[in-house]
Amino acid sequence: MNKYTEDDLKKELETQEYEYGFYSELNAETFPKGLNEDIIRAISKKKEEPEWMTNWRLDAFKIWQEMEEPEWANVHYKKPDFQAISYYSAPKQKEQLKSLDDVDTELLAMYKKLGISVNEQKRMNNVAMDIVVDSVSVATTFKETLAKDGIIFMPISEAIQKHSDLVKKYLGTIVPKKDNFYAALNSAVFTDGSFCYIPKGVRCPMELSTYFRINEGGTGQFERTLLIADEGSYVSYLEGCTAPSRDENQLHAAVVELIALDDAEIKYSTVQNWYPGNAEGIGGVFNFVTKRALCEKNAKVSWTQVETGSAVTWKYPSCILKGDNSVGEFYSIAVTNNYQQADTGTKMIHLGKNTRSTIISKGVSAGKSQNSYRGLVQIGARADNARNFSQCDSLLMGDECGAHTFPYIECKNNTAQIEHEATTSKIGEDQLFYCNQRGIDTEKAIALIVNGFSKEVLNKLPMEFAVEARKLLEISLEGSVG
Amino acid sequence: MLIIKNLHASVNDTKILKGINLEIKAGEVHAIMGPNGSGKSTLSSVIAGNGVYDVDSGDIILENESILEMAPEERAHKGIFMSFQYPVEIPGVSTINFIKTAINEKRKAQGLEDLPAKNMLQLIKEKSELLEMDRKFLSRSLNQGFSGGEKKRNEIFQMAMLDPKLAILDETDSGLDIDALKIVANGVNKLKNENNAVLVITHYQRLLDYIVPDFVHVLKDGKIIKSGGKELALELEAKGYDWVK
Repeated sequence: MNKYTEDDLKKELETQEYEYGFYSELNAETFPKGLNEDIIRAISKKKEEPEWMTNWRLDAFKIWQEMEEPEWANVHYKKPDFQAISYYSAPKQKEQLKSLDDVDTELLAMYKKLGISVNEQKRMNNVAMDIVVDSVSVATTFKETLAKDGIIFMPISEAIQKHSDLVKKYLGTIVPKKDNFYAALNSAVFTDGSFCYIPKGVRCPMELSTYFRINEGGTGQFERTLLIADEGSYVSYLEGCTAPSRDENQLHAAVVELIALDDAEIKYSTVQNWYPGNAEGIGGVFNFVTKRALCEKNAKVSWTQVETGSAVTWKYPSCILKGDNSVGEFYSIAVTNNYQQADTGTKMIHLGKNTRSTIISKGVSAGKSQNSYRGLVQIGARADNARNFSQCDSLLMGDECGAHTFPYIECKNNTAQIEHEATTSKIGEDQLFYCNQRGIDTEKAIALIVNGFSKEVLNKLPMEFAVEARKLLEISLEGSVG
Repeated sequence: MLIIKNLHASVNDTKILKGINLEIKAGEVHAIMGPNGSGKSTLSSVIAGNGVYDVDSGDIILENESILEMAPEERAHKGIFMSFQYPVEIPGVSTINFIKTAINEKRKAQGLEDLPAKNMLQLIKEKSELLEMDRKFLSRSLNQGFSGGEKKRNEIFQMAMLDPKLAILDETDSGLDIDALKIVANGVNKLKNENNAVLVITHYQRLLDYIVPDFVHVLKDGKIIKSGGKELALELEAKGYDWVK
């Protein structure tokens, strides 16, 4: 493997046999399986990255090799073989596309299947989208409109070339390479993702959106998102994920870093719908994500997430409330069905004075799934008058699933106020019969009850996203009651 | 409209209904009275199609069609409505959203489009005014934090919105003070016409002062042991259930 050059890779690619399943036959270019320094150099070269970036990756790789996969989460799965994964997969493309007409028709058909009409989204919703298929962005829209305000919104690989200084300044500052096993892996091999910079005092005129897709069988996705909101700016960012049916487990280890400078506000919304595996628990995506935000003085970051997919989810969008008066919010709905496992929650790290955080977590478990909330509220010694309110509600369907809550509180300042509320309820036969009697069938009744349960979180989503999220909740729970 | 033929039903192998025969015609109000444990609520649940109960034999026919094999929602679409003794709470779902869903599901079953929002609002306004109800509580989560009276009024409101052929009022008077009882009974009376029918299930006679039945049936140990006119209810009240042997 050591003497592998890019040309060798290309050759191998040509002779490699592809097994095409149900997924779209994109004309992809995939690296051989396995991970070593040469692969990392090849990725970096492929991306035409500056030297500092190559070295940054190699450093991360070294760190990763020393680390062990964490086992503390309340999830059980067969660990991925990291040497059996291909770390680069890009849809082949001749040139940068300006219009959607230039996009692979099969790609467009795939979006259609997923109910994502790019054209419609563009026109109707005033949403600028940076579409990511596998690891490379294939179309970026609305760039010009955004450019008028000096907003930078582009694939991170492009940003590494064009805005090297900005990326260098912030990349890995919120989620360091050595933060955790998956973050280190991501730092070494990430191939794409989004970069966003909102200049001082600018209110981003539209919601920024990225659709992620895993497509090529056996390729992991290692997205890297870096979002910087400069002083006094505002941005709402939407991230939506869908993945087609696949039999083998697919690894997804993303890193998202948000930086909200003084008086800035970031709303980050996610609808996550990776393939959860089939009803017997075979297949499905492993989703090990590190998401973290830094809030400077008077800054505010809201994480809103609707998690319905993945076989295994490990994800804790967090806020470091460094600046005085900064605010962190976490609104989450996690739905698990069949054999899905989710261990998700948040960390609110209060460092500054008068910092405030709110955590609303709603877990819905059905089938034989396990749904855990894990949260940390940490109040530092200097965080005078810090306040936190946490509410964790669980809704159970049937008697074979589980809901767990692991709230951690560490408080070093006695002026802090911390509240924690938790409830667990079950969808009762009596509730279902009541709905049935009014002419509402059981499936619809469950959707209604779950939507009601999740309302506080759904209401935090931007309008068009909320509609999609509602649909997703209904689809996720289809067939959950026999 | 509704014919019940020699109906036997049980729960967990315990026989509760042991041969019920009953015919309700359009425009009629029937009352079923009986002591606790006589099978009153089982009868209403079985008509509505609650899967907890097994029908062992007999038949229930609604407008010349057996409904025994139908799911509860299909029975609802055919025009059966039951006002629950204990209406359930659904947090986060407003009464308006709930009833809108119910109406549109029924329309879907009938091959109709969703009722346009404008018409829905019109209908809500009309029915709430008819029942002299404050529309504010329609925006609150279904039955959550409602008083006993509010819950029962909400049931009657839903009945008004769904316009059923047969309305079963299961112990609607329980937990109501006299004022609430009058309001609920008035609502039912306003909704009653020659095309629909009402089956009142009650332990006490007092509701029947306000919803006057055409027929009264006494249920005991799973069977109707006596039937008569409205005066039977008064007699029962005066003499007690032991009087009927």
